[in-house]
Amino acid sequence: MNHLLALLKQNARISLEDAARQLQMTTDEVAAEMQAMEESGLIRAYQAVVNEDKLDNNTVTAVIEVKVQPEREGGFDRIASRLARYPEVTSMYLMSGQYDLMLFVEGNDLRTVASFVSEKLSSISGVTGTATHFRLKTYKHHGVLMDFTNETERLQVSP
Amino acid sequence: MKPNDSKSLLNRLCSTVSELPRSGIRDFFDVVSQMDDVISLGVGEPDFTTPWHVREGAIYSLEQGQTGYTSNLGMPKLRKSISSYVEKFFGVSYHPDKEVLVTVGVSEALDLAIRALCNPGDEVIYHEPCYVSYRPLIQLAYAVPVILETDASDGFRVTAEKLRPLITDKTKVLMLNFPNNPTGGGLTAQDVKEIAALAVEKDLIVITDEIYAELTYDREHVSIATMPGMKERTIFMHGFSKALAMTGWRIGYACAPHELIEAMMKIHQYTMLCAPVMSQQAAYEALKNPEEDIARMKESYWRRRNFLHSSFTDMGLKCGLPEGAFYMFPEIRELNITAKDFALGLLESQKVAAVPGTAFGACGEGHLRCCYATSMDELEIAVQKIKVYIDTLR
Repeated sequence: MNHLLALLKQNARISLEDAARQLQMTTDEVAAEMQAMEESGLIRAYQAVVNEDKLDNNTVTAVIEVKVQPEREGGFDRIASRLARYPEVTSMYLMSGQYDLMLFVEGNDLRTVASFVSEKLSSISGVTGTATHFRLKTYKHHGVLMDFTNETERLQVSP
Repeated sequence: MKPNDSKSLLNRLCSTVSELPRSGIRDFFDVVSQMDDVISLGVGEPDFTTPWHVREGAIYSLEQGQTGYTSNLGMPKLRKSISSYVEKFFGVSYHPDKEVLVTVGVSEALDLAIRALCNPGDEVIYHEPCYVSYRPLIQLAYAVPVILETDASDGFRVTAEKLRPLITDKTKVLMLNFPNNPTGGGLTAQDVKEIAALAVEKDLIVITDEIYAELTYDREHVSIATMPGMKERTIFMHGFSKALAMTGWRIGYACAPHELIEAMMKIHQYTMLCAPVMSQQAAYEALKNPEEDIARMKESYWRRRNFLHSSFTDMGLKCGLPEGAFYMFPEIRELNITAKDFALGLLESQKVAAVPGTAFGACGEGHLRCCYATSMDELEIAVQKIKVYIDTLR
């Protein structure tokens, strides 16, 4: 992975100037490389990593395993693209193993997610089975620990 | 003599010990520890915690009840891993049963090596600025410390040219530490080759402390043990503290010809018996797949080195680009202030701690050791505050 991408994956809000200093580049070079990565589609978005458990709402996240009948033309991709377009689906992957697609679905409450599964997901032709798991608590998200504080005491001066 | 009279107790101390100065680091630590909210560039250790799989491996070994003594030399499986790692990374092959000794950090290994080698009066050449223990360890062995001064003009290197005039018929040992604490300096392959040739010519034993080897940024690290005629006269020292963020585990090792390891082991077995078993287990775990852990941390130090160097340069602070370790050793001489006063002033007015270069030898005067193994957020604040402080001096 290139140095700039590795840095942005850790901290997408870093200023051009700081990034330039850290990577022995000029700010213009950093800006140009970022733009190139955005334009090529390598970088798709910059988002905040949120501890959802701290939000005062009833949002529900479910992981749904979906079995599908692959199509003669297009395999999994066409049905996957139909599923991925639902705004309730926040992440989606093609998986090896017992099922084919894994969907992360978010809804304002349990009923929203339930109706997504029963009314939208299962009615799509090609979907042959689903299993829904609800998220209870988030410990780590996108490489970031949510609730564990790491307070170690380091000597302030040492040889 | 009254036993509770503190003066009489001081009189009863061994004169070698009473004459040893306290570490300059210790003095500075005492001042810093009285203050709150200090941003510290004063540490000599990584800001990472030990990789989780290493900690987990140590916890598991405790759960399994592995709490007994190990072989004096260290656990055989660990010595095997060390031998493979040293061969792979440094390109020198040591027999795990005869040529590897697991120690309580490189600090212990240094002590063992000097005591195993030196008779009273033997001369030991070491370079300053250097790690705080070198000179005291030589003195504690009743040997004679001979200083080779390095300076900023050539990146704090040791060269054969500087070394040759210091060698006498009493010189027994040359100590090297590259990449260097506190300067971040390194040696070129050519430097290493020439020093090695001189060591062979003058029949010196070389103790090489390569604890920062993996944290070499702009070129490949070259160990002096790889040079022709050197393996048989080199005590190679390495450990886990820096590149694997394991300072508090106190675990390191020495690799050397069997006769030297045997001699060091004699002292080790009577003073230490063996390195702590859980630290040995952790070290064994750390060597299972160290490359990924090391690369991740090294990338992060590399970025911070670049940041600090470019920030210092922009504020007009003279500072070479360090080749390794995680220290920057900027020059403050032109501000007409001693290193100690600069460090104290910076601490008192801006609450930023950095260690005066003199803590690492008299020729560290005019310099400050700044450790960049601290978070980017803190580094950014520290840089701003150092700039404010420097502007008040100009």
